[in-house]
Amino acid sequence: MVFGIELSLIWAVLIAVAVFLYVALDGFDLGVGILFPFARDKNERDQMQAAIAPVWDGNETWLVLGGGGLFAAFPKAYATVMPALYGPITLMLLALIFRGVAFEFRHHGRARGARFWTAAFAGGSIVAAGAQGLVLGGFVQGLAVRDGVFVGGPLDWLTPFSLLVAGAVMAGYALLGACWLVFKTQGDLFERARGWVKQLAVVVALSMGAVSLATLNVDPRVTARWGLTMTSVDWPAFLRLAPLPLLAGALCFLLWRGADTRRHLQPYLYAVALFAIGFLGLAISLWPYIVPFAMTPAQAAAADNALALMLWGAAPMLPIILAYTAWVYWVFRAKVGADATYH
Amino acid sequence: MEWDALLLARLQFAFTIGFHIIFPAFTIGLASYLAVLEGLWLRTNRPVFRNLYLFWVKIFALSFGMGVVSGVVMSYQFGTNWSVFATQTGSVIGPLLGYEVLTAFFLEASFLGIMLFGWKHVGPGLHFLSTCMVAIGTLISAFWILAANSWMQTPQGFAFAADGTMIATDFVKVIFNPSLPSRFAHMVLAAYLTTAMAVAGAAAFALLRKRALPESRMSLRMAVLMMAIVAPLQIVAGHESGVVAHHHQPAKVAALEGWWTSGPQPLILFGWPDETAGKNHLEVAIPGGGSWVNVGDPAAPLKGLDAFPEADRPPVFITFWAFRIMVAIGLAMVALGVWGAVLWAMKRLDGATLYHRALVLAAPSGFIAVLAGWITAEVGRQPYVVYGVLRTADAVSPVAAGAVATSLLMFIVVYAIVFSAGALYILRLVAKGPETDEAPPRTDEPPGTPLGAGVQEA
Ligand code: HDD
Ligand code: HEM
Ligand code: HEM
Repeated sequence: MVFGIELSLIWAVLIAVAVFLYVALDGFDLGVGILFPFARDKNERDQMQAAIAPVWDGNETWLVLGGGGLFAAFPKAYATVMPALYGPITLMLLALIFRGVAFEFRHHGRARGARFWTAAFAGGSIVAAGAQGLVLGGFVQGLAVRDGVFVGGPLDWLTPFSLLVAGAVMAGYALLGACWLVFKTQGDLFERARGWVKQLAVVVALSMGAVSLATLNVDPRVTARWGLTMTSVDWPAFLRLAPLPLLAGALCFLLWRGADTRRHLQPYLYAVALFAIGFLGLAISLWPYIVPFAMTPAQAAAADNALALMLWGAAPMLPIILAYTAWVYWVFRAKVGADATYH
Repeated sequence: MEWDALLLARLQFAFTIGFHIIFPAFTIGLASYLAVLEGLWLRTNRPVFRNLYLFWVKIFALSFGMGVVSGVVMSYQFGTNWSVFATQTGSVIGPLLGYEVLTAFFLEASFLGIMLFGWKHVGPGLHFLSTCMVAIGTLISAFWILAANSWMQTPQGFAFAADGTMIATDFVKVIFNPSLPSRFAHMVLAAYLTTAMAVAGAAAFALLRKRALPESRMSLRMAVLMMAIVAPLQIVAGHESGVVAHHHQPAKVAALEGWWTSGPQPLILFGWPDETAGKNHLEVAIPGGGSWVNVGDPAAPLKGLDAFPEADRPPVFITFWAFRIMVAIGLAMVALGVWGAVLWAMKRLDGATLYHRALVLAAPSGFIAVLAGWITAEVGRQPYVVYGVLRTADAVSPVAAGAVATSLLMFIVVYAIVFSAGALYILRLVAKGPETDEAPPRTDEPPGTPLGAGVQEA
């Protein structure tokens, strides 16, 4: 207990924040990779990569914090979720290898090698985003857990629902990537990125809607929480939560309209807000479980002294990390030039 | 031997960590070397140091990238393949890994961006600071991960909770466990030596080809200095590791020394351990030498493998030979350091073709020694994953053998592609050697980006 709050609850929130920062940050650089095949020529691809090269490694570290933090704070959750999602997690790791090394390898390969690593960068980003969607989908639909141990099969995660979520995550990351390119590029590529934002806003609106409806179906508890069932609506419950989908719709509309031509960071911020709403909606659906419908944070948590020790570290370190991360973003605030070869 | 999830998970862990450790072993040393080079450049303004920095930073970027992606894999392996281990030990070593992320990984990853791409965006002082931050980050990272590994080798400061999982009773004891000091020293020295051998090999190669002479002469001297000082220190640190292991993990030492029966122990120079016969074939040994090295008294009776039930013995053959390979390489490094120092004192370092050839041959020796060392340490602690507490066989995840086999196969294929390409690109850079044109006089505008310089030229 700290200030009367359970340590496990604090850590659940901290890990959720780490995962959200991961999605908001690595999401845009994976998204740029997803859009790679739509670049017109090598010069455009170089600009796209230059827009993310200095920051991608820091962004991906939030994934390590999410995974490492889960191990440290909720070992029992980590130990059931990882075996259950063995397939998509391995797929994600392999894809991240390809796209991570491609940042450097693309510039060292000769003709054939360069082409291979260009494809690896795009393919790795696409597969990593899709695999993360499968992880999310497999997680949300619930895991076969008995006595704290995963007892399901190796392909439990593969369902129409998880495939739908995978598509939605790819679209969402592509949107983040397009918004980031609006912020970081100029000239032709900038104009085209604005077009991508408009198109993707529609795709994301549709897929977010579809995933939301499908999520209502995964468990009666979720349906009840939102005040919706097949046959009736619990209006008081639904109205309390209705602002979320409405706000999400409004943000998609703003992104689609392509509002402001001067503030180039704005679309990215809208897209992040959109993700935040999706994240919040998910948290509402799954509350109070950390492993859906099987374990609460308190049941999965590490010993209190371990959680306290880590809180002592995280309390000063997270602000410091955020400060120097912000500084690095500030150093690289300029738009990349059309002549961006490597950097 | 059965190809079950356990064996496959062990193979997968050994393969992925063995792949990963190659890169830290190089980048820990290289990051410090780059910080030294940049510091020297800022102080002396001599173009050799800048040229060397720009040369090695490209190789650093390639290696670091491979280190990062293979490391991300490791942080998920505990859960995917060793979930029982994760549940059991999470409350004890979880915080150490958490601290590694908070204090090291973000530091490395963020300042790496400035180090590689910030040349035009920040002043020389801030750029130097960023290089130093990356170097410090790699050392902090090594500290935490080795604290976790050392605790698994020599666990203390923990108890069992009501639900059977381990909890820490004293985190200071967990972190500063008996084998941490010697292991941390031995590993950091190993990283510095690995880098010194690679730098020396590259410099010698360039000198043999008569390329980039001022740069190569300088880096050869720096590497020889490192070797001459650090290789002897490494023997001291290695000896200390052995003494600690002898105290806490006697079965491991019996295996790596090849002692089958208890009594005063010989120092075995050569032998062919035979686990079914329980003895060494073709043994060449110094009687009493083993007891003398380990406890300082040739007549002291020490435990042999016969003192341990068969179920508690590590695989002898692998441990025995991995240890010998490491020690042989360590002795060779001392010899190369002394040889270089003598040539240097005689002012014949630059023309010593035979010495240069030897250095080119020895360039990968650090990597081999590091792998051999880890195999000694990890295989030698079997059949336990937390020594004396949790058996490896009891730590494995409840996943199907087919899933583990598929992912292992995919890791092998992917790593083979990535590793060959990375090695090719690094060797190409080494073959080309550093730039050597006289630098323009230094202004407040730092020159082009480190990697950009090479790319424009290529
Ligand atoms: C002695 C040092 C050492 C050892 C034994 C290990 N590592 Fe490592 N690791 C590093 C030293 C290092 C480093 C120097 O900090 C790296 C190496 C590549 C890189 O180039 O940073 C790194 C990178 C690295 C990363 C990527 C960090 C990032 O995103 O920037 C992760 C997640 C891990 N490691 C995790 C592990 C795990 C789970 C290990 C054990 C099972 C492990 N490492 C063994
Ligand atoms: C925190 C650091 C480390 C942890 C927590 C760790 C943990 C483990 C675990 C859980 C196993 C499985 C047991 C088994 O396979 O038999 C293992 C085996 C192994 N580890 Fe480590 N390890 C660490 C560092 C390393 C490093 C850096 C290396 C470097 C090469 C290494 C090399 C190996 C090898 C070769 C095996 C296989 C041994 C065998 O199968 O008999 N380990 N380790
Ligand atoms: C010739 C002298 C050397 C001796 C006597 C020696 C001794 C040892 C011993 C006894 C261990 C096992 C420690 C344990 O399991 O607790 C070990 C591990 C290791 N050695 Fe060496 N070693 C020597 C040289 C080297 C060299 C030259 C390198 C690399 C450049 C190296 C790298 C390692 C590594 C990476 C490990 C695993 C980490 C650890 O447990 O410390 N060693 N060494």
